[in-house]
Amino acid sequence: MTAPAAPVRRTRALTTLRDMAARPSGAIGLTLITLHLIIALISPWIAPFDYKEMNSAVILGNPGAGHLLGTDHLGRDVFTRVLLGGREALLVTGIATPIAMLWGGMLGVLLGLRGGWIDEVLMRLVDAFLALPGILPLLVLITVFGSGNEVLTPTLAFFFGIPVIRVARAAAHEVVARDFISAARARGHSPLSIVRREILPNVTDTLLVEGAMRWSWMLLGFSALSFLGFGVAPPTPDWGLMVSDARVYMSLAPWGVLGPMIALSSLIIGINLTADALAKALGLDQGRKAVI
Amino acid sequence: MIPLLFRRLALGFVTVWLVSVIIFLGVEALPGDACTAVLERDAHGEALAKCRTDMGLNAPALARYADWAGAALQGDFGVSANGQESISQIVGYRVRNSLLLATGALSVGIPLSIFLGTMAGLWRDSWIDILFSSGAIFAMTIPEFVAATILILLFAIWLGWVPAIVLTPADAPPLEFFPEFVLAAVVLTMIMIAHIMRMVRSSVIDVMASDYVQMATLKGVPYWQIVFRHALPNALLPAINVIALTVAWLLGGVVVVEVVFNYPGLGRLLIDAISDRDLPVVQAITMIVAATYVGVNLVADILGLLLNPRLRSHHMGHR
Repeated sequence: MTAPAAPVRRTRALTTLRDMAARPSGAIGLTLITLHLIIALISPWIAPFDYKEMNSAVILGNPGAGHLLGTDHLGRDVFTRVLLGGREALLVTGIATPIAMLWGGMLGVLLGLRGGWIDEVLMRLVDAFLALPGILPLLVLITVFGSGNEVLTPTLAFFFGIPVIRVARAAAHEVVARDFISAARARGHSPLSIVRREILPNVTDTLLVEGAMRWSWMLLGFSALSFLGFGVAPPTPDWGLMVSDARVYMSLAPWGVLGPMIALSSLIIGINLTADALAKALGLDQGRKAVI
Repeated sequence: MIPLLFRRLALGFVTVWLVSVIIFLGVEALPGDACTAVLERDAHGEALAKCRTDMGLNAPALARYADWAGAALQGDFGVSANGQESISQIVGYRVRNSLLLATGALSVGIPLSIFLGTMAGLWRDSWIDILFSSGAIFAMTIPEFVAATILILLFAIWLGWVPAIVLTPADAPPLEFFPEFVLAAVVLTMIMIAHIMRMVRSSVIDVMASDYVQMATLKGVPYWQIVFRHALPNALLPAINVIALTVAWLLGGVVVVEVVFNYPGLGRLLIDAISDRDLPVVQAITMIVAATYVGVNLVADILGLLLNPRLRSHHMGHR
């Protein structure tokens, strides 16, 4: 029975992807993401300069003459650093997003299925964590554990998983009420097999769209932390950190902030457009009425 | 409906209490305490023991939690770790300044976003809608520090209309902030408008497609009367919760914007406290923000209940 299931699912993934690529939002979004991923992967080999090579002769140098985007306050090539500046963010969020979706999604589905006092208690805890808006909880945890990728990755995975619990729980609630769950229960299936065979396939669509949005929010959080000086440590190039450094010299060298800002914004906009197209392709966009 | 109100109220208190427990336990789990922070290198032997007795750190954790929470309820958050200053005093001015910024942003943002959202919703898919909606998506998507930096570059550096950063000290009278805080307020207003506008837009679209609006149209009620008397009051109801979320965000989540503009509000104080590892101040700010967040959402929930007769009759689960 399981053998024919795999090709069916692959076909569905493919049709979804085709559907997304056929929409303007999906086409632009997927292109932007792919471009960023390729650059992140090959930038160490294509970057024209060494990212920490300082050249005191061209401090805050103008664009042109070898330096496509000029140089920063230490005479480092801005273009090189923009090319490399997304690697840390993509690495950390690329690991943390799936973990967040996995633990938040599983826990949410189980809570939605089981209910009872465990559900009540854990949901109050979720409320408590969500009562700290924005990057505030991240900042508090960083005060405690310090920054660095080995702290940021689990921290982001933890905090961005919490709201997923709510989404997955609500999605599971909607499915649980349907007849085919009662049928599975009546057939005597174990709760685990009901989750795996009946509920998960029905909530994965919601979680996929949610995951894409979480990814973009996580990138926002990560770059904000870097911007505030609690993320990537210098001299490693990172967009948030670069904007924060170049801001001081903005009136003399605006390209120092414009380069990393355009790179970061284009990635986040790309993810958002993709998430939007994904929601539409999966038919989850009934309530949104978005224009694009 | 009264039991429902009480349930909401009770849930709000439970949430704030849980936040306080989480924060207290978090700080408790750290190596070192207020005395090692204050005494720094002298933190050993007699001095440490004396300090711990003086500050009551030898008491069991539960008693210390009760002391801390009890004092915090009365607005006393103790003293900061490095300066020996009263936290309530430092935080007081910062809360006022953050409120000032929030009031500035809200008083312009709410009416404007309702206006723009209604326009976009009524003329759905027209060029006005596409312009407003894509502008909103753009403002919501790009990072706050990017939006702020673009505005500084544009209005402070290239056009020179407003100062780029705030230099007014935290305890200055409110009026002295006036020309300097404009750009910070504009950034917040922009992001806020984007969120509320999207909600109002989709809500207006829903209501305009409803049966009673069609009924009114068929009855021959003039278009603008339908919009203002029948559609808008109902369309704005769902916007209350988004506005509440935005208010809470303005009070707590504006850390980045306050840092960019050097604005002496609660958010920048938090960043300073984190850089200094001043845990009592971080604790206090976190509690204030969480309580505000819960309080504002509670008010929105209750307003929603009072204004929407349909929600009064049956029990609403938390979705």
